[in-house]
Amino acid sequence: MSGEPREMTITVDGAPVRVREGATLLEALRAHGVDTPTLCFLENLTPVNACRVCVVELQGARTLVPSCSRKAEEGMVVSTDSERVRHARKLVFELLGSSVDLSNAGPEVARWSARYGADPARFGAPAPAASEGSRDHRHAGHHAAPDPAVAQTVAQPVKVDNDLFVRDYSRCILCYKCVEACGGDAQNTFAITVAGRGFDARISTEFAAPLTDSACVFCGNCIGVCPTGALVFKSEFDLREAGNWREQDQTVTRTVCTYCGVGCNLELHVQDNTIVKVTSPLDHDVTSGHLCIKGRFGFEFVQVRERE
Amino acid sequence: MFGAGGGTSSYREVENADVILLWGSNAREAHPIFFHHVLKAVHRGAKLFVVDPRRTTSSQWADLWLGLDVGTDIALSNTVAREIIAAGLHHTEFIARGTCGFEEYRASVEEWTLERGEQVTGVPAALISELAHAWGHAKNAQMCWTLGITEHHNAVDNVLSLINLALLGGHVGRPNAGIQPLRGQNNVQGGGDMGAIPNKLTGFQDIEKDAAARARFEGVYGVPIRPRYGFTLTQMFEAMEHGVMKSVWVIGENPAQSEADGQRCRKLLTGLDHLVVSDIVMTATAELADVVFPASAAWCETEGTVTSSERRVQRVRKALDPPVGARDDIAIIAEMAKRLGFDWGDVGAEDLWEELRKLSPMHAGMSWKRLEELGGIPWPCPDESSPGETFLHARLWETDPARRGEPAPFTVLKHAGPVDPITADYPLLMTTGRRLDSYNTGVSTRAYSSPNRADHPLYLSPEDAARLNVSADERVRVSSRRGSIETEVAVDPGLRPGLAFMTLHAPDRADANVLTIDATDPKAGTAEFKATAIRVEKLGAVTAGGK
Amino acid sequence: MDIHLSGAQATPAERAAIDALLGRPTSRWRGGDREHAADSRYAHGGQSARARRHLLLPALHAVQDAVGHVTRGAVDYIAQRLTVPPADVYGVASFYALFEMHESPPTVAHVCDDVGCLARGAGELIASLERTCGPAGSPCADGRATWKRSPCLGLCERAPAALMRRAGEGRTDATLAPATAGMVHDELHGTSAPTRVMDSVPQRGESGLRLLSRVGVVDPTSLHDYLSHGGYAALAHAFLLGPEGVVKEVTESKLMGRGGAAFPTGVKWGAVLRASALPHHVVCNADESEPGTFKDRVLMEEDPFAVIEALTVAGFATGATMGWIYIRGEYPEAHDRLAHAIAVTRREGLLGDNVMGRVGFSFDIELRKGAGAYICGEETALFNSIEGYRGEPRNKPPFPVSEGLFRLPTAINNVETLANVLEILKGGSEEYLKLGLDSSRGTKLFCVAGNVTTPGLYELPFGATLRELLALAGGIEGGRALQAVLLGGAAGSFVTAEDLDVPLTFEGTRAIGASLGSGVVLVFDDRVDMRAIVRRIARFFRDESCGQCVPCRVGTQRQEEALGRLCAGASRAGRDEALLLIDDLDRAMRDASICGLGHTAAVAVQSAIRKLNLFAVEAP
Repeated sequence: MSGEPREMTITVDGAPVRVREGATLLEALRAHGVDTPTLCFLENLTPVNACRVCVVELQGARTLVPSCSRKAEEGMVVSTDSERVRHARKLVFELLGSSVDLSNAGPEVARWSARYGADPARFGAPAPAASEGSRDHRHAGHHAAPDPAVAQTVAQPVKVDNDLFVRDYSRCILCYKCVEACGGDAQNTFAITVAGRGFDARISTEFAAPLTDSACVFCGNCIGVCPTGALVFKSEFDLREAGNWREQDQTVTRTVCTYCGVGCNLELHVQDNTIVKVTSPLDHDVTSGHLCIKGRFGFEFVQVRERE
Repeated sequence: MFGAGGGTSSYREVENADVILLWGSNAREAHPIFFHHVLKAVHRGAKLFVVDPRRTTSSQWADLWLGLDVGTDIALSNTVAREIIAAGLHHTEFIARGTCGFEEYRASVEEWTLERGEQVTGVPAALISELAHAWGHAKNAQMCWTLGITEHHNAVDNVLSLINLALLGGHVGRPNAGIQPLRGQNNVQGGGDMGAIPNKLTGFQDIEKDAAARARFEGVYGVPIRPRYGFTLTQMFEAMEHGVMKSVWVIGENPAQSEADGQRCRKLLTGLDHLVVSDIVMTATAELADVVFPASAAWCETEGTVTSSERRVQRVRKALDPPVGARDDIAIIAEMAKRLGFDWGDVGAEDLWEELRKLSPMHAGMSWKRLEELGGIPWPCPDESSPGETFLHARLWETDPARRGEPAPFTVLKHAGPVDPITADYPLLMTTGRRLDSYNTGVSTRAYSSPNRADHPLYLSPEDAARLNVSADERVRVSSRRGSIETEVAVDPGLRPGLAFMTLHAPDRADANVLTIDATDPKAGTAEFKATAIRVEKLGAVTAGGK
Repeated sequence: MDIHLSGAQATPAERAAIDALLGRPTSRWRGGDREHAADSRYAHGGQSARARRHLLLPALHAVQDAVGHVTRGAVDYIAQRLTVPPADVYGVASFYALFEMHESPPTVAHVCDDVGCLARGAGELIASLERTCGPAGSPCADGRATWKRSPCLGLCERAPAALMRRAGEGRTDATLAPATAGMVHDELHGTSAPTRVMDSVPQRGESGLRLLSRVGVVDPTSLHDYLSHGGYAALAHAFLLGPEGVVKEVTESKLMGRGGAAFPTGVKWGAVLRASALPHHVVCNADESEPGTFKDRVLMEEDPFAVIEALTVAGFATGATMGWIYIRGEYPEAHDRLAHAIAVTRREGLLGDNVMGRVGFSFDIELRKGAGAYICGEETALFNSIEGYRGEPRNKPPFPVSEGLFRLPTAINNVETLANVLEILKGGSEEYLKLGLDSSRGTKLFCVAGNVTTPGLYELPFGATLRELLALAGGIEGGRALQAVLLGGAAGSFVTAEDLDVPLTFEGTRAIGASLGSGVVLVFDDRVDMRAIVRRIARFFRDESCGQCVPCRVGTQRQEEALGRLCAGASRAGRDEALLLIDDLDRAMRDASICGLGHTAAVAVQSAIRKLNLFAVEAP
C-alpha cells in the first residue's frame, strides 16, 4: 500500500484548492464548499454524466465538463459560476422542468432552479399526457411531428402493478440511477433498462412487461436512488395521494435489519408511530445504501400486531 | 474457528478476493447484500465457484457450479484436497508454520482420487479437478458457507472439511482471504458472543476451563458460576423426553414450527409442566405456552446491539413505540429476576453493555459512544484505541512461535452420507432452503405482500414431475418416514431427477418439518434438514386456486 | 448470471437463425434442451459466458432477418445463449430504428425523405406512395409489406432512394436508387423491378485520381484485380518500415481524419502503439450516416480490398491483433462486398496468422453491421454498439487511444482516412504533402448532390474552391439559380452564392464559419423550400439523439417545436421568442452535451436562420 494519497492543487473560481490525487472535480468543489447541483450523481453509483447540471468551465476545454466524473489534474483552472456555466445549468433545469413533473424532486432542485432563473414555461404550455402505455412502444428514429403550440412532456399515467412500489414516469428525468442500482452497480438483477431513443427514451422492462412479470426482485434499490419521486414506495404514494405525507413530522432512526446475519443498516422513516419507508445510509460499508426485499419491505409484521 | 466462532474477514475484503467459493450457500437469496460484495469481486475479475446440489440463483453467477449429491460435502472436500496436494499446490510454508496434523490429513485423503470423488459425489472428475486447481492457484481465496453445510447430521465435520481447504491454501490470517460462515439470523453471531451457547461465557470464555473468567463474572454478578456446560437444544429435547427438564422459557424462537420432526417437538413442548414464551407475536409455540410475555421487537422497538457475520457489533435503536403491554426483553428478564428476589433496578441496554465490557475482553474497547461514532466495531476490540480486527488469526503467520500460539489443526474426516435412506418406498431426496422474499417459518415475512412469493410448494425436477404425471399448481401428498403433508407442486428446471426442494417458510400451508428427520449432529446439535427421503403421490385434484 | 425468462419460446425459425450465428447450444443452462444428463452436475458460466455479449447485435440482426421483428421468445433465447438479461436485450434492440419490436410485415421499404432526396423529388415520391400504399407504416400487399420514412440512406447521388428489406425465407436487403413510386410499389408487392445503377463517380478512370483510382476500373470482387492495380504494396512497404516507421510516415504526412473531426491520424496511431494495456484494437468507422454523405459507401462497394488492406496497415502500425469494421445497416451492397473481401483475404493469407508471410504479425477483421442509428458513427457510441450495449456515447476522457473498444487502446478511423494511408505509404509522405493547402494535405472526396447537373463523388486536392467543384459537377441543374449549399452535412452549415470562392480546406471553411465535415456539398436551387429542409434537419436530430443527456434529449425536441412555431408564422413577438429559444438551446447543447451530436444539433438550423434569413430577421 502506498500510504497517504498525494495531493495536488487546482484553481476554483480564482482560489487555490488542494485535492487528493484521483478526486473528481465535484469532490474538490464540495470539499471547498461550492454548492454544485447534481441530479444523476450519487456517491454509491458510477457517474453516468447524463443530466449535465454539474458542468463547470475548464480552462482549455472546448466544452463544459461534468464535474461529477472529471478527475482533477494538477493545475486545472475551473470556473463554477461563469456565464456559460450558469446558462447551461439554467437550460438543463428549464428543459427538465418543461418536460418532467419535478414537484416531488425535493427542495434542492427548486432552490437550484430558482438560483439559475429557470423559466420552464417559456417553451410553451405542456402538451396533454400520453395515453397509458403509448410512450412504452415508441419506435426509435420515428416520431410524429409535434404540435408546435405546446411543449411535449413525458407525462403519462402512473404504473401500479404491485403492492410494494409505484412507478410514476411522468416524474422521470432519465438519470439512469435506477438502472445502475438494479444493474451492475448494486443489485445485478437487470430488470430495467433504458429503452427507445432520444426524447422517447424511457425506463422499461423487457417489452414493457409489468414488474411482476419481469426479473424484478423488489429490492427497492431503484427507489432508494430515485431523485424525483418517479419511483416511490406504495406506502408513501398512498399517503401523498391522501394528502397525509408529512415529512416534517417524520423521524428517521438508524437500526439493523432483523433478517439474516449480514448486518444491514436500516433507516426507518416513521410517521405517527408507523414505518412509512425504509432506506439505508449510502456511506455504510455493508449496504452502500442498498437493501433486499426483506430489509426494505419486510417491516409490516411489527405493525400488524394486535395492539392490546 | 480456532477458539472463537466467527467469520475471519470482513465483507469488504471479499471484494478483493480472486477466488470465491460458496459451498452450501445460496447467498444470492439468503444473504443478498453479502452477495453484492461477492458480485463486486466478480466484476473485478474474481472467479466464483458454487457447490450446491441445486442450480441456485447464486450458482448461475458462477464460473463453475458443481452439483454434488446431498450430503457428500466431505467426500468432495477430501477429493479437492487430494488433488491440490497431488498437484503440489498446497501452501507448504503456511502449513509448516501455522498448522498441525497435516501428515495425518494427507494420508487420510489419499484414497480420495478424482475417480472416487466422482463416484461418491456425482460431480465429474474433471470439474472437481478444475475447482482444486483454481483453489490451489488462488492468491486470496474466500470460503463461504451456510446451512447447506451445517444442517446435516455431521455438521461440524462438514465445517471442518472446509476449514481444511482454507488451511491447505493458506487462506486464513491474511487480509482479503478468509472463511465466512454466513449467519442466518441477525444476531446468531451476537447470541454466541454473549454466551448464549452451552459451553461459553460471554466473549467465548470457556465455562469449565477458564477459572479466571469465572472469577471475573462472579466478582461482577456476586453469585457463584458453576463450571459445567449446559444443554444443547438437542439435549434439551432429550431431557424433556426423559422428564429431566420440566419447565422451559422460550425467548424469540418458534421451535414448534422450526424444529425437524415437528410432531415430536410439539409433543414434548405440550408435555412440559410449564412453558413460558416471550415473543413479539402469537407464534405456534406461544399457542402451547402456559404464560406468554408479549415482547417488543428488538430491531425497531428497543435499544441494544447485534453482531453480524463479520463480527461487527452494531447498535439497534428504538424507532417505534411497541404495542401496549409489550415490553423490552431486558425489562421482562429484570422483572422476572425481581419476582425471584433480585432487584436490578431500572436497567437499560447501555448499563448492560458497560457491564459486559468489564467481563468480555474482546468487547472491552467498544464503548457505547464508539459504537455510535464508528457505525459498529468488529471484535476483538480490546481497548478504546482499537478499531477492531477486520480479519482474524494473523498470528498463524508469525515467525516467532511464542507469538504464533496454538497452530490451527487439520482434521481427518470420514464421509458419511445422509441418515434417511433413499429406498423404493421413499425414492426422492428432499432438501430445504430459503427463498429471497421469505424468512424462517414466515412469521414475520408473511405480513408483507411480496409479488414473487412462492414459499409453500414442493419443487420437483421436470423429469420427476413428468414421471409422476403432475404439473405446476397440482396438489400432491408428500410423505416421509415421519409424516405426510399435502401441498402444491412447482417445477424447477434447476433440480435434477431424484432431487426435490421445499422451504420451511409456510408451515401453516405446508409444514415441511412434518417430513424432516431429527438426526442431529452430536457436536453442534443441528438437525439434518437438508436430507429427507420422501415419496410424492398425485392427488388428482387441481387446487381450488388453480385456473 | 441469474437471468429471468418470460417463458416465451423462440420459434424453430428464430432458433435456427440464432444458432446459425452462434452454433448449437452446448448446455441446458445456455439455451440447450435437457438431453445431456451431465448438465445436471455442473455448469460453466461467469466471465467467459458474459464475454460473448458483443454478439448481441449480430444475433438481433439474425432474428430480424429471419422473421421481420424481434420477438419475446427470441429475446429470451438470445438472453440464454449470450448471458445477457432480457431487459438489456430489449433496451439494445429498441435503440435501433431497423429492429421492429412488434409484429411487422416481412417486406419493408425504407424510403428516404432526408435533405438530399427532398431536393430531388422525394416529396413527390412519398405523396404518390401514400396514395397507392397508404400512409407510412400501414400494411399493404395483403399485410405482407409496408413502407416507412427513412433518414438519409447515403445514396444521394442517385436520389431519391429507398432501401428494400425482406425478412424470412430468401431474405434480401437491397437499395433502390433512383427510386420511383412505381418501383417501390412493385417491390412491396413482390414484383421486383430491375435496379438501375448509375455511375456514382463521374471522374471514373481519369488520371490523377488517388483515392478513386481503382473505382470503376477494377472488379471489386477480384483480389487478383486489386493486386494488379497496386494492391498490398502499401502493406509490403509498411512491413519494411516497421510499426514506428509507419506511424512516423503517417504523422509527417499531416493526414487528418476525414470523418468530420479532423484529428491527426499519426498522433492517434502513435498513442495506441505506445499504450501498455493489451490487446490493442483498430476499428474502421464505416457507419457513414451524416445526411448527404456517401463517399465511404462508394469506396467500400467499388474498392473493398483497399479498406481491408488499409485496416491491416493500421493494425500493424498500432500493434493491434484485431480489426473491426462497423458498417451502417443501410449499406447491404457495401456490406456484402466487404464480407467477400474479408473471406478472400483470409483464405489467401492476407488475414489471420503471419499476415502476408510476416512472421509474428497476426491480424484478423470482424465485420459488424449497425441497425439504423446515426449516433453510432460517434466513436465511443460505436464501441458500445459493437460491445452489445446501447449506442450511447461515452464521456471523454478517457479517449479511445487509452480506453476504446472493450476499454482497450483503440485506433478508430473513417474509411476515407484509411484509404489515404495507402497513398501515403505507396508514395511517401513527402509526395503526399505536395498536394493541398496549409494543414489540409492530400486529396479530399466530396459528396456533391442535390440540384446539380452531375451529382456524384468527386476527388480534388484540398484547396479547390466550391465554385470549381460545382463547375466540375456541371453547375446547377437546368441553369437555375443557386439558393444554398449545405456544407458538411446535417451537422454542417449553409453557405450561399457569396461563398463560392471559399477554398475547400479545413481552414478555408472554418474562416467563413462553416466546416468541411464529411465532405457533403448538397446544393439547393431556388425552387427548394428551405424551411422544409431546416425542419427536416431538426427532425433528424430529434430522431437520432440517443437520449442520454438532457441538453440534447430535450433540446432537440424543443428546437423542433420552436422551428415549427416559426414556420407556422408566429407573431413578431412569438418569432423573437422562438429565435431566442433556439439561440439559448444552441448554446446549451453546444456547451453541455456529451457528444458531437448535441454539440452540432443546432449548427445548421442557426446558419439557416442567419445566413438564409429564413424567418425575416436581419443577418448579423
